[in-house]
Order: sequence, then C-alpha cells, then structure tokens
Amino acid sequence: MDWFWKFPHMNDDSLRNLKKTIDDGFREFTRAWGGGIEAFFDPLRRLLIFVERLLLNTPWPLVLVVIAAIAWFASRRLSIVIGTVITLLLIGYFDMWEDTMRTVSMILVCTAVAIAVGLPVGIMMARSNKLQSIINPILDVMQTMPSFVYLIPVVMLLGIGRVPGVLAVVIYAIPPMIRLTNLGIRLVDRDVLEAADAFGSSSWQKLRNVQIPLALPTIMAGINQTIMMALAMVVIASMIGVQGLGQPVLRAINNQYFTLGLFNGLAIVGIAIIFDRISQAYGRRLQKHLEAVHG
Amino acid sequence: MAEPATNDIGIEIRNLYKIFGSNPAAVAPLVRQGISKTELRDKHGHVLGLRDINISMPAGGIQVIMGLSGSGKSTLIRHINRLIDPTMGEILVGGEDVVKMDRLSLRQFRRHKTAMVFQKFALLPHRSVLENTVYGLEVQGVPRAKQLESARHWIDRVGLSGFENSYPNQLSGGMQQRVGLARALTNDAPIMLMDEAYSALDPLIRTDMQTVLLDLQKEIRKTIVFITHDLDEALRLGDRIAILRDGEVVQQGTSQDIVLRPADDYIANFVKEVNRGRVVQVDAVMQPVAPGHQPVGEPVRTGSTVDVAMARLAKEPDQVLTVVCEEGRPLGTLTLAAVARAMVSDEH
Repeated sequence: MDWFWKFPHMNDDSLRNLKKTIDDGFREFTRAWGGGIEAFFDPLRRLLIFVERLLLNTPWPLVLVVIAAIAWFASRRLSIVIGTVITLLLIGYFDMWEDTMRTVSMILVCTAVAIAVGLPVGIMMARSNKLQSIINPILDVMQTMPSFVYLIPVVMLLGIGRVPGVLAVVIYAIPPMIRLTNLGIRLVDRDVLEAADAFGSSSWQKLRNVQIPLALPTIMAGINQTIMMALAMVVIASMIGVQGLGQPVLRAINNQYFTLGLFNGLAIVGIAIIFDRISQAYGRRLQKHLEAVHG
Repeated sequence: MAEPATNDIGIEIRNLYKIFGSNPAAVAPLVRQGISKTELRDKHGHVLGLRDINISMPAGGIQVIMGLSGSGKSTLIRHINRLIDPTMGEILVGGEDVVKMDRLSLRQFRRHKTAMVFQKFALLPHRSVLENTVYGLEVQGVPRAKQLESARHWIDRVGLSGFENSYPNQLSGGMQQRVGLARALTNDAPIMLMDEAYSALDPLIRTDMQTVLLDLQKEIRKTIVFITHDLDEALRLGDRIAILRDGEVVQQGTSQDIVLRPADDYIANFVKEVNRGRVVQVDAVMQPVAPGHQPVGEPVRTGSTVDVAMARLAKEPDQVLTVVCEEGRPLGTLTLAAVARAMVSDEH
C-alpha cells in the first residue's frame, strides 16, 4: 500500500538524466545557433541604441516640448498636456531624467515590436477558428509563465543586455495586443461586412476599409494594455542588464534604500500614467463619429 | 452621367434550390422528389430554404418578392449576387450564370453589375455620407474626382445635399437609408437589389422613400429586385410580384393578377386587407361599350385606378363614365355599381 500514501514518481536517476539531457541539448543548440540568432536580432539592437541616443542626446527642453506636442495632438486636452509636463519636470528635478529616457526608449521599441508582430497575428487569428484554438493556449502560457523562467533560455541564447530585455518584455506584453486585435475584428458588424462583400470588396479592401477601422478602438485598448504591461516588466528586465528606472529599484532592493526605490517607482508610475492618458485620449478621439447621435 | 440607361440585363432564376445543413447534396434528391419541409427537418436534419424557384425578372422593371419572415425571401435575393451559394439551380443575369462564376469573376460581377441596399442600412459608421457613397466606385478603382462627382450627383438626387460631411450616426433612419440608396445608385450598376430596404422606416417615411424610388426609376430604368413583407408596398412598387411562402413561389404576376385573382386562400387572406381602390385598374371592371353609346362628361384614361373613377362618380352617381385609350378612343363604360363592387373584396 506504499503507492497509496506516497505518489509513485519517476525514479530519481531517470529524472536527473531527463533534465540533464534537455539542458545539454539546449546548451548544444545555444552553441550552434547563438551567433546566428544574435545576428538576426542585431537590427533590433541598433534600433534600441538609436532611439536611446536620440532621447539622451537631444537637449531636455526639446524632448519636453516634443512630448508635450504629442500629448496635445493625440488628446487635444490642455489638462493632459499640463499633467505630462509637470510629471516630466518633477522627474528631471529629482535627477531621474536619464534613466527615464532610457526606459521610455525601451518602452517605445517594445511597443513598436509588439504592434508589428501582434497586429498581423491578431488579424490572422480572427480569420481562422483553427488558428485561434492554437494561439490562445500559447498566449495563456506567455501570460502566466513566471517571467524568470523564460529569462533563463533567453539569457543563455543572447547573453545579458538590451535585446534579451526587449524579448522578455515583448513576450510578456504582446498577448493583450493579439487578443484585442482578434476580438475587435471578430466583433465587426456582420451587416457591414456583408455590404462590403456585396459591393465586391477584395479581402484586403475589406480589411483596410471595414475591419481595421471598426476594430480600431479595441485595437487601441490592446496597445494601451501592452504599454502598461511593458512598464510593469521594467524592473524584471533590469535584472538582465536593461538600463533605466529598473536598475536603481533593483539596487534599492539589494541594499534596502527605501527612498531610492520609492522615487524611481514613482517615476515609473508617472510615465505609465502619461502613456495611458495620451493613448486613451487618442483612442477616444478616433471614435468621434460615434459621439454625435441623432436625437 | 444621368443619361437614361438603356438596360437590357434581366434576371432569370431557374430551378433554384437551397438546402441548409451539413450535407445538402446528400438530401437534394429527396427534396427534388418533393419531401415535405418538416420531414426534411425532423428525419434528415436539414432545413429547406428554397424549393424550385423559377422567376423571370424583366430588364428595367421592378420585381417585388413578397413573403413573411421565414419565407426565404432574403435568402433568395442573396443568391442573385451569390452572398449565399445555391444547392442547385441556375441564376442567369444578362445570359451569364452567376452560379458558375469563380471568385474573381464573381467579384467583378458584384462590382459592376449589382448594387445592394440593406434593411439595416449597413453604412460604414466611421465614414461621412460622401465617403460612404463613393464606396462602390472606390472598390472598383475609379479615379477619385470621378467618384466624388458621381457621389455628389446622387446625394443631391436622393435629397441629402448639405449632409455630405455628416456621419451616419447623426442622421435619422430615413436619411441613413437615403445614403444607402445613394451608395447603390452611385455604383451605376444595371441591377439594384433592395433587401427589405424600407422595412425599418416609419410608415410616412416609407411612403416617401417609395416615391423617391419610383421617381428615380422613371429615368434610371434599372432592373430592381425589391424584397418586402408588406403587400401594400409590393403592390405600389412592383411591375411584377412574386409571393413566397415556406421557400416556394405561390403566385407570380402583376398587382392586378394578385389582387383580382389570388392563387389560394393564403394570398386571398393578404389581399383582403389591401386598399383595392388604389390598386385595381378601371380596365378590369369596365363593361364593353354598348352600341350607340354617347359619351357624356369627361372620360377616364385606361390604366387609372378605380379610386379615380369613384371620385368622379361620387359627384354624379347616375352618370355612365367612359374609359378611353391613350388616343381617346372609347374602350368601355363604368357605372357606380360596377366601381363600388370592385372596391370591396368578395368576402364582404
């Protein structure tokens, strides 16, 4: 009756061998393909460095004006512009400007990658139920797998630095982009699609003229979520060498510097709110045609 | 651009069947042998959409297809531009079988030969009236200047001038359907498919839109297929009417045929509610001219409704009205009694 009280598990030797085989296999793979994969991601690394330099080498007042201008054109609301400027001024005053620019450049690139990959995947997913049933569980894994677990192979493959950081952040932040694109396109009114068919639209014309415009508010919500989740990964990404606001927080944890952690944490919250308000206000402005309802 | 189109594209539907279900081909022979709708559903798990439809729609006329919900009328109209694929049968449009077209020629056919107006308007909510109206031409790849010129013309013709830059959400239902109509007309296709186009509108606006359509049709002469569940609308618009019930055609003909000679009790029941005075023509009730008859007073033209004759006779009840042809030759005579009899159905 021993098996009843103690779960009969695989014998220790076999288990050890299994783990060792997988580890060795992956190590082999890394040795063989690591260089190639690194070369593949080299354009991404260059883009990251370019954006980071652009933000850091531009004089701060100029950066501030540009961000304020973006806030204005996206939201057309003075309150959002003023809030943005005040937040950025406070961040700079507490000597966190450079780290903030590093983090912002990271978030911009991660969001761009997430949109570039997530939008087409979401669109394909909306077109095929089979594909949806394959991708959905993968997205579940990406969202629930502890990020430290996939940091291990990423670091083994690409070492420590910006690119593995971007990969880790994108893996974590891309699911809402894909899911909401899929959802948005699936929710498009069937009557309107039928009309597009009746006028002889090709599937590209249907996508461009009907599906994407009508799904856009939902897609914008996906982009907003992706940005927020990318910001949440900043501290974890700093563990594999991503510079920015995460590193001081990491140092604060190791050395119990409460104030250092708090300031940098607040700076992350500050830029999160800026990104959120601007992207949401832009999403709302895209739906202006729905506001004026016939009485 | 508004030159009266000489339209020679008619629609010929032959032996059309539509069966919904997992394997329509397997049960098709049973349906052809005349299995009942309920038996097909209960024993074989398939739903009969349309059975042996044969309708010949003349070029340049309004063909109304009337039926209650579930009669298959919306399914039928969607076969003409193949938004729904038939199980068997032929749909000949200008001599070409739509059923045999491949994907690309079907797309060309939809772009250039048909335009559709929908019950729920189906406008693009993110586009202005003008941008909605150009949609068909945009899909065809017509130059932008030409698109706008044509769109503005039809927006004006349906009475929406000044609303070019409004969004559909800012317009009432009637105005939204005017946009739907303008969008279809701008497509400049010989065939216009109107799927319960006016059913969602208030009665007064519906009558208004019927007038708009009839006025336009005098010059555009398109082959219009108009779906409705409203017999009054059918009688007012239809050059020819087909009545559908449970996926089968129960009667086809002109409004006179339907009102004066209903094929069965089902149709007779509908016709009972109709204002016959506005439908029945004097030709159907006049008596032959008696030899030596001397026409008194102003005659009525052939093709007038009995309403017109009644209004005249109500003033002078003893008069005998003369019906004359276009050239003024007498064709028959009308008495008050004959006209009054025509205005009530046999049931009363």
